[in-house]
Amino acid sequence: MTLKEIITALDATVLTEGDIDISVQHACSADLMSDVLYYCKANSLLITGLIQPHVVRTAEIAGIKAILFVQNKKPDITTIELAQKKKIPLLNTSLCMYKASGILFKYDLNGCG
Amino acid sequence: MNQDKMPIEGSFQIIGGNFTTAGEASSEVKTVLTDLGVDGDIIRRIAIATFEAEMNVIIYAAAGQLFYEVTDEYIKIRVQDMGPGIEDTNRAMQEGYSTAPEWVRNMGWGAGMGLPNMKKNADTFLLDSVVGEGTTVEMTMNLIKE
Repeated sequence: MTLKEIITALDATVLTEGDIDISVQHACSADLMSDVLYYCKANSLLITGLIQPHVVRTAEIAGIKAILFVQNKKPDITTIELAQKKKIPLLNTSLCMYKASGILFKYDLNGCG
Repeated sequence: MNQDKMPIEGSFQIIGGNFTTAGEASSEVKTVLTDLGVDGDIIRRIAIATFEAEMNVIIYAAAGQLFYEVTDEYIKIRVQDMGPGIEDTNRAMQEGYSTAPEWVRNMGWGAGMGLPNMKKNADTFLLDSVVGEGTTVEMTMNLIKE
């Protein structure tokens, strides 16, 4: 699923500058970064409510392509700058994690399990 | 893989409690391996195991050091810290067992998956800990497929 399709489906906002013309093969919804590192596949979308810089590091290490923050959470500039440096697009949506995940699942974006 | 540069060694200091720069050492290791042309799946395994070890230093210890060595046969990562040590290493290796405080869990860590995940991603895994002195984790990943 392309990032542009995800943005449309969730009425999401792009928080970073740079290329969003990418696609993801899976999605992983989690607030536990160790679970992300244990279960999440490469080329995934991370759906989370955590907004600290180490979430971007986790994504970088795990080969995650983009991060979606739920419940309209907005990271600070440190997180955004790190994401731009690592070329990991950040999105946010007003939807909760359950709804955002459910909508993407209906679009056949499967989980990592 | 570019073997002309082998072997390569390096180290990084890790400061405990600093979540803002958490992962920088692991990111650097990942960059080194990418520049060497190491296989992408192996890089991901090493990066994940290294990051988990780095995070354990940040969560539990005052400070630590990460060493890496790359040869044409293997990659070795050693992370040693000046932390409290682990009282029961067998329990610490169980998925879900954690002694992390609440504030660490609120930041998304301390789920008790770190050490098992290191072992899962490494070809060899050694854990040595002395209560009151610190913990050392040593991992190797083979670069030659058997």
